[in-house]
Amino acid sequence: MLAEKYPLETQNILAKYPPDQKRSAVMPLLYLAQRESGYVTKAAMQDIAALCEMSVTEVASIVGFYSLYYDKPAGKYRVQVCTDLPCALRGADEFLSKLCENLGIKVGETTPDGLVTVEAVMCLAGCDKAPMFQTQSSEGITYHENQTIESALEVIDAWRQQEKQA
Amino acid sequence: MTKLVSLTIDGKQVTVPEGTLFVDAAKRVGIDIPVFCYHPKMEPVGMCRMCLVDVGRPMIDRATGQPVMDENGAPKIQFGAKLDTACTTPVSEGMVVIGASDKVKAARKDIVEFILTSHPLDCPVCDKGGECPLQNLTMAYGPGETRFLYDDKLHLAKQVPLGELIYLDRERCIQCGRCVRFQDEIVDDPVIGFFNRGRSLEIVTHSDPGFDSVFSGNTTDICPVGALTTADFRFGARPWELKSTSSICSQCPVGCNITFNVRREAASGGKTVIKRVMPRQNETVNEIWICDKGRFGYHYTESDDRLTTPLIRKNGELTPASWDEALGLVASRFSAAGEGLLTLGSGRLSNEDLFNLRQLTEGVKGKAALYTHMAGGDLTAQVGVAPGTDFGEMGKGTAILVAASDLYEEAPIWFLRIKQAAERGATLIVANARPTKLEAYASHVIRYRYGAEAETIAAMTVDRGPTTVAGHPSSVADASKAFAEAENAVILFGSDGLGLEGSQALSAACANLLVATRHVGRANNGLVGVWSRANDQGAWDMGLRPLTVDRRPELQSAKAIYVVAADPFGDDPGLLATFNLQPATFLVVQDLFLTETARRADVVLPAQAFTEREGAYTSGERRVQRFYPAAPARPDTWPDFAITAQIAQKMGSILEGRVPAAVFTQIAATVAAYAGLSYRKLAETNDQWPSVGSGVRRKGLYFSGTAYENKQGVGIHLPLSPTPLPPVNMQSFHLQGEGLLAVPVTCLYDRGQTVYPSALLHQRIGEVWVALHPADAERLGVVANSRVSLTLGGAEFDATARLDESVPQGVALIPRSMGIPINGPEAVEIRAGERVVL
Amino acid sequence: MTEHLLLRHRDIPNIDQLDIYQQHGGFDAFRKAVTTMQPDAVIDLVKASGLRGRGGAGFPTGMKWAFTDKKNWPHYVVCNADESEPGTFKDREIMERNPFQFLEGVMITAYAVQANLAYVYLRGEFWQIASQLDRQIAELEAAGILGDKLFGADYSLRLRTHLGAGAYICGEETAMLESIEGKLGQPRLRPPFPPSFGLFGKPTVVNNVETLTNVPLIVARGAEWYRSFGTDKSPGVKVFSLSGCINRPGNYELPLGATFRELIVGRGLGVPFGHKIKAIMPAGASSSLIVATDEALNTPMDYESVPKVGAQLGSASVIVIDDSVDIRWLLDKTLHFFKHESCGKCTPCREGTYWMSHLAERIASDHAAQAEVDLLYSVASQIKGKCLCALGEFSIEAVLSGIERFKEDFVS
Ligand SMILES: Cc1cc2nc3c(=O)[nH]c(=O)nc-3n(C[C@H](O)[C@H](O)[C@H](O)COP(=O)(O)O)c2cc1C
Ligand code: SF4
Ligand code: FES
Repeated sequence: MLAEKYPLETQNILAKYPPDQKRSAVMPLLYLAQRESGYVTKAAMQDIAALCEMSVTEVASIVGFYSLYYDKPAGKYRVQVCTDLPCALRGADEFLSKLCENLGIKVGETTPDGLVTVEAVMCLAGCDKAPMFQTQSSEGITYHENQTIESALEVIDAWRQQEKQA
Repeated sequence: MTKLVSLTIDGKQVTVPEGTLFVDAAKRVGIDIPVFCYHPKMEPVGMCRMCLVDVGRPMIDRATGQPVMDENGAPKIQFGAKLDTACTTPVSEGMVVIGASDKVKAARKDIVEFILTSHPLDCPVCDKGGECPLQNLTMAYGPGETRFLYDDKLHLAKQVPLGELIYLDRERCIQCGRCVRFQDEIVDDPVIGFFNRGRSLEIVTHSDPGFDSVFSGNTTDICPVGALTTADFRFGARPWELKSTSSICSQCPVGCNITFNVRREAASGGKTVIKRVMPRQNETVNEIWICDKGRFGYHYTESDDRLTTPLIRKNGELTPASWDEALGLVASRFSAAGEGLLTLGSGRLSNEDLFNLRQLTEGVKGKAALYTHMAGGDLTAQVGVAPGTDFGEMGKGTAILVAASDLYEEAPIWFLRIKQAAERGATLIVANARPTKLEAYASHVIRYRYGAEAETIAAMTVDRGPTTVAGHPSSVADASKAFAEAENAVILFGSDGLGLEGSQALSAACANLLVATRHVGRANNGLVGVWSRANDQGAWDMGLRPLTVDRRPELQSAKAIYVVAADPFGDDPGLLATFNLQPATFLVVQDLFLTETARRADVVLPAQAFTEREGAYTSGERRVQRFYPAAPARPDTWPDFAITAQIAQKMGSILEGRVPAAVFTQIAATVAAYAGLSYRKLAETNDQWPSVGSGVRRKGLYFSGTAYENKQGVGIHLPLSPTPLPPVNMQSFHLQGEGLLAVPVTCLYDRGQTVYPSALLHQRIGEVWVALHPADAERLGVVANSRVSLTLGGAEFDATARLDESVPQGVALIPRSMGIPINGPEAVEIRAGERVVL
Repeated sequence: MTEHLLLRHRDIPNIDQLDIYQQHGGFDAFRKAVTTMQPDAVIDLVKASGLRGRGGAGFPTGMKWAFTDKKNWPHYVVCNADESEPGTFKDREIMERNPFQFLEGVMITAYAVQANLAYVYLRGEFWQIASQLDRQIAELEAAGILGDKLFGADYSLRLRTHLGAGAYICGEETAMLESIEGKLGQPRLRPPFPPSFGLFGKPTVVNNVETLTNVPLIVARGAEWYRSFGTDKSPGVKVFSLSGCINRPGNYELPLGATFRELIVGRGLGVPFGHKIKAIMPAGASSSLIVATDEALNTPMDYESVPKVGAQLGSASVIVIDDSVDIRWLLDKTLHFFKHESCGKCTPCREGTYWMSHLAERIASDHAAQAEVDLLYSVASQIKGKCLCALGEFSIEAVLSGIERFKEDFVS
């Protein structure tokens, strides 16, 4: 149970909103749950529904609407390359296809070791530092800007090393 | 009062209350503004943009605040740059609205075209075809051909079960959100929702079971396309092949108006069969809604297990016999029994049936009794709700007390209407020994212990008596104050945890409270019984009264017993175990099925189902309503009133047995409250708003479905007997004993013979269960969802244990009609594990 | 310009440290407001400054505050830090680098409308900024600048951050409010507008990050001083996010009324690789395409002048397009964005963006006939004026202007 596993976080999240607006806590609680498993599990949705006094369906609706919540597992790191217009004008599309080529996967796929999923996303407010991507993992979201293929592969390599050590 | 404003819609002058939405204002003058997402029962959302109109408002001079006039002295009208949505724009004084300009026509065409880009062209196999708003509006406003390349259409899943009752066709969904909003706003069961966004929006459910709401079927009615269909009707028939017959739902005392859609079909051997049940509009009863039990539960009438011929016990075996022989035998034995004749009829019967039963029985000075566990039908006749009562009008100033009833399970549409009244500001007081769903909308919750029902309500009378009821003195005091001070007040009493004895005490306490607070004799005031059968109120009105609490003495002393539409031995095998039917007692059973009681009968008479014949029921609100024959009767079966009349005739007395209208005339002549009523009067209708048809150019732009319109009668509310009764003597009633107490509760879907034959509902009915508080379970060593055995009334049963914090400690809830007989609170022993059958 | 007003971190190192910010007069304005000014006086001051919303619509900020319904309490302030318009990255820099000035702006706004609770709604990707703001809010509470009975006055204030989760539509203010309420981020019907029916159904002021970051200086230095920047109708300074085909992309703070040329050539140092500038999108993906003529380049960037060359200033996210870019490709890109971000609530946007994106993809990949270009144009026109919120209306700007103004790109 989320509330039992993260009592402090849960409490803090609920305390952000007026006591009669428990439903407001659904988004931060979903992040909390997602940090745990990389995606929002059915069980987590049930927990959150109870905490926020909503139906499980309503919680699932939120997961479905917002693109940063996932209801299915993917790679441990989601590499999300912005290919929106401003980035694309600075070579983002090419960057993405090269990156995929190097990793031997297609956009949307996960590397065979389950480490990296590469996705194309909409503008991340890093347009002046394109090519850029964000990585999502259990540690949260990190921006990587002014990237080259080499620098991006270095980032990924560093994760691989980390994995090996762990 | 609300201010009225005048405006012009397409050249027609309209005067409507301020705040009315355009679309409704237009409908009042017969102009249909096309809509998809708008539904007059729900808050407007302005999503589909189909209702765009050109809105002009009088120009106001900023300096003077006065309207600017044109050269002809008429106010200058300024139209907006953009079109407005008629469904979200409230009218205001002097507005000019154009719904037929080229700009508006183009806009409508554009919107229809957009919707069609991702809509499949599977009308030929779509259940909605023929009564589809999208089809109609495409014909009326849409483009002639598509500019969207067909190959590129989205292809989505087409038969997604949202549960076992409702299917979703994702391709057909136009994302109007009506279904989601209905479940959320109207019902407050938000168990379906949108998933994803943009063009990928889809309807999903995550409840267990899927689409877990007893109102789910209504979404298929209001869906403006064929996206939502019922498992019952999908691919069943085309709407234009269907004939409509008006009827009344026979599953609970609300008396929802329904329509049976029937068709003669080869698949059924050329027989006319019922294809679906739809709500029939009656704004004072059920609006345009019904519950799923009403919608899906009728299949018992079509069961192959129905009795088809009279049976006579010969050499110990029930053997087919002719009507003549069976009736002759019955008549002679009844005549011989004389005052030893005991007739036991139930509220499943129509008024005509019950009337004849009583006539026959009293003709030989026998006793006609009502088979029920609830009392108080005599009280509701005196202090019931008066004509003009309408839950739909209750709001601020009205107090509604719901005592010992789990309305969501017992009478879903009342649950809905009372929830909405509370949302409009009515003071809702819910008194029960355990939490029920309705409490979420209550201003006062009174929690007593089982057994203290009457005592608690008695404490609410003005002098208030003891205020220390059930450990919630303050809430009782607050609630009684709110109740006493309310301008109007209604009490609904049910039988949660009660047997006949407790019900007697509770109903009396409720009647007393109403009399003491002067909430009697007026519309929107009075007592309503949440009976277990559709026509229990009618049965009381026809003069049938319950047996004593013990029942055995009466049964034992009877020389002949005539059981009609009831199964006392099936419901309570213990009755047989502890009491030996005198071999000399002549038992006649008249029913649809070979019930447990029928198996023990000397003569069994096959009756007709309510779908096959005419009659009238009296609802819990005391509204008398007619139902009509929908399907042809089984050969060699008769309606109950006719069978009874035949028996009477053979006994030498004349009872009306040809047509129910004639019986009803006799009722009107004999039963005071029914004076002046006739079948013709019951068939009268009045104007219903929102309008679903008659008198407007095109039908059903708000709704869909061909069966909504009420053409065959909205029923008549009975007057009260002129003198409201003085305070009734309330017998005190206390539960005694130690150990675990079993109490009966009602669940919507049960194993009763009018539900169980609908196989579709089996998943919802589930296994026989008993609910315990976890603490009690722990003490007994019972784990959740395990099998337990229980000893009740000397007999042994097995059940699945449900653990539920909301069950009071020391109590085991046992659902009625689920296989464990329970007539009222009694001691029970529960042991972990299944009993070993030797 | 010598001094940055919003991007002050470029002048003052470490201004993201509370003590440094305070050394430079930080929170004096908030203290001044709370201890010496009536709430309405703050509103009047901001009205007088002529400050207009920087979130896109340019609505006068003080006037918006004054609409807050005083018969209905409590009031809320919600700061729009959703920043999801393609090409916009100004609020991010402000919050990352000059956070206290921004927070002080939120706080003064809250005081002005007497809200005791304010939320900062950040796009989900700004996860790190949110946790940094959370820490800074805690610092302010510890320092007694946020909390109960501030500066001995009878005024209490709490700030909270709320993260979105990847939905452009949540930048639309009513969708944002829905999102904070734990619902789908779909826009509400308007009216009623947030100042009468906002967060939790209560009167609410919604302002953009940049808008509010102006406020402390206005309170500190006065309306007249503020009006000394910019134009008469568009006073003050603006952060322009410059991106696309440009040598030096980035944020540039300029007075409103500076020309496109000053920004693109003067600051951004023009288009790289010897290409020529072809088009300008002054308001991100929601923008019409301006043909980059001399006249256009000389146009002042303010709320009144940009419409004269057929676009809007919007959030002032200037995307530069050079002559190597095929407008068909550009439309495909922007329409892909709008299709992805349409919330699905209203028909024309939901179906229209899908259809347009579909057509644009075919047109961009050369699979389409001229008739499909006409169809794209017609579908876009068909969306116009029918949507529930501005997203759908935004989605057609580039399409209509692109097809009208860059005909040559559509001749196959
Ligand atoms: C689709 C859409 C997206 C928007 N995105 C943003 C945004 O990211 N940031 C923002 O401040 N305003 C955005 N707005 C404008 C807001 O609705 C609102 O007008 C603004 O926050 C008001 O603040 P201001 O008066 O300070 O500009 C958006 C509007 C629309 C229609
Ligand atoms: S299923 Fe029907 S009611 Fe529900 S959103 Fe789709 S079209 Fe509307
Ligand atoms: S927008 Fe008015 S009916 Fe849908």
